[in-house]
Amino acid sequence: MHERTYDVAVIGGGAAGMAAAVEVRRQGLSCAIVERENQLGGILMQCIHNGFGVQEFKKELSGPEFAEEFMDMVADAGTDVFLSTTVDSIEESEQGKELYCYSRKNGVVKLNAQAVILAMGCRERNRGNIRTPGTRPAGVFTAGLAQRLVNVEGYIPGKNVVIVGSGDIGLIMARRMTWVGAKVHGVVEIQPYPAGLTRNIVQCLNDFEIPLYLSHVVSRIEGKNRVEKVTVSPLVNGIPDEDQSFEIPCDTLLLSVGLVPENELSENAGVEISPITSGAVVDSTMMTSVPGIFSCGNVLHVHDLADYAAEEARRTGAYAVAWLQNKKPARQLRIKAGANVRYVSPGMINPELPDKLYLRTLIVKNNAQLVMKLNNNIVKERKLSHVQPSEMVSVKLTKKDVEDWHAESDSVLEVSVQ
Amino acid sequence: MSAPETKEMICISCPISCRMTVYEENDSIVVKGNKCARGKVYGEEEYLAPKRMVTCTVATDSEEFPRLPVRTTASIPKETIDELLQELYSLNIKLPVKRGTTLIENYHDTGVDVIATMTLPGRA
Ligand SMILES: Cc1cc2nc3c(=O)[nH]c(=O)nc-3n(C[C@H](O)[C@H](O)[C@H](O)COP(=O)(O)OP(=O)(O)OC[C@H]3O[C@@H](n4cnc5c(N)ncnc54)[C@H](O)[C@@H]3O)c2cc1C
Ligand code: SF4
Repeated sequence: MHERTYDVAVIGGGAAGMAAAVEVRRQGLSCAIVERENQLGGILMQCIHNGFGVQEFKKELSGPEFAEEFMDMVADAGTDVFLSTTVDSIEESEQGKELYCYSRKNGVVKLNAQAVILAMGCRERNRGNIRTPGTRPAGVFTAGLAQRLVNVEGYIPGKNVVIVGSGDIGLIMARRMTWVGAKVHGVVEIQPYPAGLTRNIVQCLNDFEIPLYLSHVVSRIEGKNRVEKVTVSPLVNGIPDEDQSFEIPCDTLLLSVGLVPENELSENAGVEISPITSGAVVDSTMMTSVPGIFSCGNVLHVHDLADYAAEEARRTGAYAVAWLQNKKPARQLRIKAGANVRYVSPGMINPELPDKLYLRTLIVKNNAQLVMKLNNNIVKERKLSHVQPSEMVSVKLTKKDVEDWHAESDSVLEVSVQ
Repeated sequence: MSAPETKEMICISCPISCRMTVYEENDSIVVKGNKCARGKVYGEEEYLAPKRMVTCTVATDSEEFPRLPVRTTASIPKETIDELLQELYSLNIKLPVKRGTTLIENYHDTGVDVIATMTLPGRA
């Protein structure tokens, strides 16, 4: 059995894993990335559209370009990379952690590390998660799988397409399928507002006159071997209305109904998972409930921008290094998601070392107000010109912000949006 | 230009997504519904000559990496996109190729190139 020892081991080599590893190396500790695919980059490698890197690189790049910028940094930093290697379990040992991995080439590989950073990304929800009645014909794909088929493998999954869910992956695929010669007959969204970014609605649907059916559901999927048609129904008082239903003939259905962090490995290692984000519960240093195991990127909570995932991961790398150097926060305050806020990540804040918080709202609103309260006193307010659930809000807290907080150790910071 | 028409559009310059009406009046372009100056600029350009970035993949001579992702270096007039796509789909790129390699130079005198956005190795 191969065995190697590092200060820090990073699981997953997407935007988050690479950014975390580069930071660990920059601070002089040894570090390895374990990636199950045969290349680094993660989901970025199939996202060939542009819209990446505006924050990190101050230019608009495609996914692969963004990834390659990081791959160069990983190589320059002298990070060890194990490709085509899957981490199967994380065990506690006297020296720290043991990662049991397997690869076709090397069989079982054991990595010893003092600290572990989880960066495994997320996977797509599929039909099982959304339960549509009807037959079970071929031709139903998740949008991300279809994206991989078209962009990486060069295989076009169908000619007449209906998209379920208006998440960004589905919208991007509506344009992509149109550009490879397929006809996209519509996007069906259960909510009264689109899940994806407006610029994707404009550039991926409106440009091609693809109808967006809001407050509609696909109520039936039919076909013998392959999908032949779907029934689309408007929701009236929350129930599909039979009378106003209509059929769309099609051979392909793409599901774009959301992403879920991939945390089986973390759970088996004893990491506590939040029922709201489906990601790990982390403290102000991005450390999970298991000391020495950290989490960042899409495996922690779903990020809409790779830039955010990378930024968060870089801080996580720095926190892992600090933890190894025994720099631990003297106290941390719990953060509570208040009115109209789905979650705040991380769920704790160190009043001596305030940092960035990410949050998602439950509402769509222009001219909203972010309000932070400590023990029911307002400590910070900020105007938000526009909020919607699909757009993550980031809030940077500085030393100055927390100067006169007078926090007790049991104080709770409540974050709400009005 | 043909008879002036009125266009309804959504400004995508920021997430507020103002709904705007744009039309021509006395030789100038009128933008209504924008909350700020950026909306006027967007509305005028979108009215006169809408442009888009193009990203797609082209065929390669490799079995292991059959598709090479590419993009335009800037946005191009919307009506030229289909023709560009046809031209790109007729290419077959010999690997290896480096990210940033120009595949089509100065497409139809637009000053816009098409470049590879991924580094792909040749046969091992
Ligand atoms: C279709 C789509 C479109 C997007 N569009 C944009 C956009 O326009 N602009 C933008 O900025 N962002 C966009 N994003 C978001 C952005 O791409 C992601 O937030 C970001 O890339 C996530 O990075 P990550 O490292 O957390 O996860 P991932 O990229 O998913 O990386 C996780 C890696 O971990 C590996 N892994 C998982 N489990 C194991 C294991 N057990 N052992 C070893 N390796 C493992 C996986 O193989 C994978 O490579 C988009 C995302 C998607 C899906
Ligand atoms: S007009 Fe201004 S405020 Fe409105 S969407 Fe455009 S950039 Fe945003």
